[in-house]
Amino acid sequence: MKRWLTTTDHKRIGLLYFWTAFGFFLIGGLEALIIRAQLVRPDGGLGVSAETFNQLFTMHGTTMVFLALMPLSAAFFNFIIPLQIGARDVAFPRLNAFSYWVFLLGGLFLNASFIAGPLFGADRLSVAPDAGWFGYANLTSRQFSPGPNVDFWLLGLQILGIASLAAGFNFVVTILNMRAPGMRMLRLPVFTWMTLVTQFLVITAFPVITVALVLLMFDRFFGTHFFLPSGGGDPILWQHLFWMFGHPEVYILILPAMGIVSEVLPTFSKKPLFGYTVVVYSGVVIAFLGWSVWSHHMFSTGLGPIADSVFAGTTMLIAIPTGVKIFNWIATLWGGQIRFTTSLLFAVGFIAMFIIGGLSGVTHASAPSDLQQTDTYYVVAHIHYVLFGGTILGLFAGIYYWWPKMTGRLLSESLGKVHFWLTLIGMNLAFFPMHFSGLLGMPRRIYTYSADLGVARFNQLSTVGAFLIGIATLIFFWNLLRTRWRPANAPANPWDGATLEWAIPSPPPVYNFTVIPTVTSRLPLWQTERHPPMTPLPDRPPAPIHVPGGSWWPMITAFGLPIIAIGALAHLIPIVLAGAGVVIVGIYRWAYEPFEM
Amino acid sequence: MRLVLALLLLFLTACSGQFPQSVFAPRSDFSTELAGLFTNIFWWAVAVFVFVEMLLLIAIARFRARPGAAHPKPVHGHTALEIGWTLAPALILVFIAVPTMRAIFATSGHAPEGALRVEVIGHQWWWEYRYPTLNISAYNELHLPVRTAIQVDMTSADVIHSFWVPRLGGKRDLIQGRTNRIAFRADSTGEYWGQCAEFCGASHANMRLRVFVESDSAFQRWVDQQRAAPATPAKGSPAEAGERVFRRSACIGCHTIAGVAQGKVGPDLSHVGGRATIAGALFPNTTETLHRWILNAPSLKPGASMPPQNVSPQDLDALVAYLQSLK
Repeated sequence: MKRWLTTTDHKRIGLLYFWTAFGFFLIGGLEALIIRAQLVRPDGGLGVSAETFNQLFTMHGTTMVFLALMPLSAAFFNFIIPLQIGARDVAFPRLNAFSYWVFLLGGLFLNASFIAGPLFGADRLSVAPDAGWFGYANLTSRQFSPGPNVDFWLLGLQILGIASLAAGFNFVVTILNMRAPGMRMLRLPVFTWMTLVTQFLVITAFPVITVALVLLMFDRFFGTHFFLPSGGGDPILWQHLFWMFGHPEVYILILPAMGIVSEVLPTFSKKPLFGYTVVVYSGVVIAFLGWSVWSHHMFSTGLGPIADSVFAGTTMLIAIPTGVKIFNWIATLWGGQIRFTTSLLFAVGFIAMFIIGGLSGVTHASAPSDLQQTDTYYVVAHIHYVLFGGTILGLFAGIYYWWPKMTGRLLSESLGKVHFWLTLIGMNLAFFPMHFSGLLGMPRRIYTYSADLGVARFNQLSTVGAFLIGIATLIFFWNLLRTRWRPANAPANPWDGATLEWAIPSPPPVYNFTVIPTVTSRLPLWQTERHPPMTPLPDRPPAPIHVPGGSWWPMITAFGLPIIAIGALAHLIPIVLAGAGVVIVGIYRWAYEPFEM
Repeated sequence: MRLVLALLLLFLTACSGQFPQSVFAPRSDFSTELAGLFTNIFWWAVAVFVFVEMLLLIAIARFRARPGAAHPKPVHGHTALEIGWTLAPALILVFIAVPTMRAIFATSGHAPEGALRVEVIGHQWWWEYRYPTLNISAYNELHLPVRTAIQVDMTSADVIHSFWVPRLGGKRDLIQGRTNRIAFRADSTGEYWGQCAEFCGASHANMRLRVFVESDSAFQRWVDQQRAAPATPAKGSPAEAGERVFRRSACIGCHTIAGVAQGKVGPDLSHVGGRATIAGALFPNTTETLHRWILNAPSLKPGASMPPQNVSPQDLDALVAYLQSLK
């Protein structure tokens, strides 16, 4: 127990990220199922109240983005990146532990809002965030949202932002500085490359949302008017700030999955990735363009024809590097010897589904066309094809691929295939009909709709699909759990992968590599035209390896942040100061700690 | 799958009567322009979809691993191919971008000179319409003359809302402190449905609206009716008793009835009896729904600021009779 609480080992932190994020994924999924159950009938549904429904969809979005998808990617960053670049750990192991604890506590803080009602003299299920995951001003002002709901949201997101920023800096430094000899930038595995790009997006996008949240906090706690037209402020300013973060955030969610697919496809088709440099550069181009498209979320706010034209144009441009990636993935499969493992099925599923999300994206990149689509279920369909069909299928491909490396145990392939087909059928049944309900006039974020709209059938299909996804996820959960009681007998390289993580045992020893390998090619474990496969590493370290011990201080420092947030929530300055004290003492002791217990 | 979608599209366009908020049955120049643009992009998307998914399916069908097969040739890339599949999507995008830019400027919200101007003001959770040139107002139900250019100026009294009547045009947000515009010309008479599209709090789902597009003469009749003073109930009628109930109840704090009360919190009720719906186009305007609404509005529309009213059954009947008399 103590070894897990004080751990600074990137592999243990990776597993902590995985299980925590998976837990939040189940919670977010449960929220989605209640939403879908409510919408199965028009005119009142199953009786979920408007207030509860608004909390459910707000928390579903917030949970999936910040507590499930980002940290599931982070589980792989933590576990896999140091192995792929031939390092013993990340650059700042204690900062890494700090990121995890801040993430966990921020997630618990946000979800505590579901049961915290009685503390505010209200019912349970009445003080959770309820203004949408995008929290548009001026609905979030004290005047229109007097309760603690929005406070939970803005404080929780600020805590989570600290976790993401700390991890972002950590991984940029790790990837740039901790590479094994010979691991030049253009020899990095594509997953590592996409992680690097993602982390640059994190460290540039999160400050923007942090600023926006701080301004919102001032509006709510200290009576300023940054977003309030009644005091000369501007609610559209919030939308600009939020989407300057929010659009890069989409690429923060999708690029790691693209990286995973770029690892899985070559391994299971026994061919190197087609157009490696093009795939890498198109990822970089997507990230750059991702900065110039934020206002396409705001076409209905009336930005004027010039701005609409510019943002429609930049948004369409993104289709080009994305298309290039897809063609390169198909070309990787072309001419290969494809093994249909569960991991490969999910990777192919990713491509097939992401195409649909990408194409519906083009229909609302066109600003006038978007005026009939934005804020309807058509957009709900689009984001779920991108974030479920894209990110989640990609993450599943990664889990089946790397689980043996992370735990030493292979997942069941037959359960895996059931999981895959149920998920694929379920997601199409859930999300495809949403295109129709949207274009037939069903707005998003409504707890009830008129039977006369004629969209009840489509909603019923969506609900059936959502529950199929739920069943598939339970099967997957069982697949994960059952490996715990199986012998840890996965071979070092069960799939015949080419990258460095497959050169060491499964699971890797605490020091990762007995000797740091010297890299001479992009595919070190494969025979290529010019390079023989790397010579196997020795079984035992030839010289003793110094491995840093654990530390309590990252966790203790992290605890200070929710204490500050609780103080702010309750308007009790002494608690805020106590929390700040914990952070300061924690950082001080951390800085002066001899890091070799 | 996209083929199924195309067939469904045709099917939906054919029977739009069942889908009062469908974007596939446009009835104005604005919505027709948007539908045309969408159809154009849609077919490009179908073509790309079929082509790319076919490639993917062929790849996984043709190149499954076979036992004993030789190791595949380690191909690392192909420059000509890369250039080709960068240029091809760029070229397709030109065919989408050009009509898009054209449509952006064509639908930028400026009606020609002499258009009928309507101001839309969003409230949590109902709509206020003002006709500055006609000097009348309407609530939740917008009446417009057919084949007449309409200039809509929009703003909000509180949070952000979005005015959306799919068959007449795309949505625009209503933002406090700003004025947004759309312009359109409805090409056939009828009843068109819409609702708020921007999440605006507890009863966002219940903020609905109707647009009645009428012939010039019918529209003029409606305007005259709105301009007239509210009906005065006949002596001794239930409606007269209802007016007395109205005058001595909390109603007058929030609602206006010209000559009777001047509340400004809720919609003006001077002509409420002539409307087809109540409560933000949520319920048909019937004796039964008026009863339920007056007794407990928040139970029917969560968050509604009209508190439950404690009125005796006789008073309630009288009150409803009075409201219904206000044609």
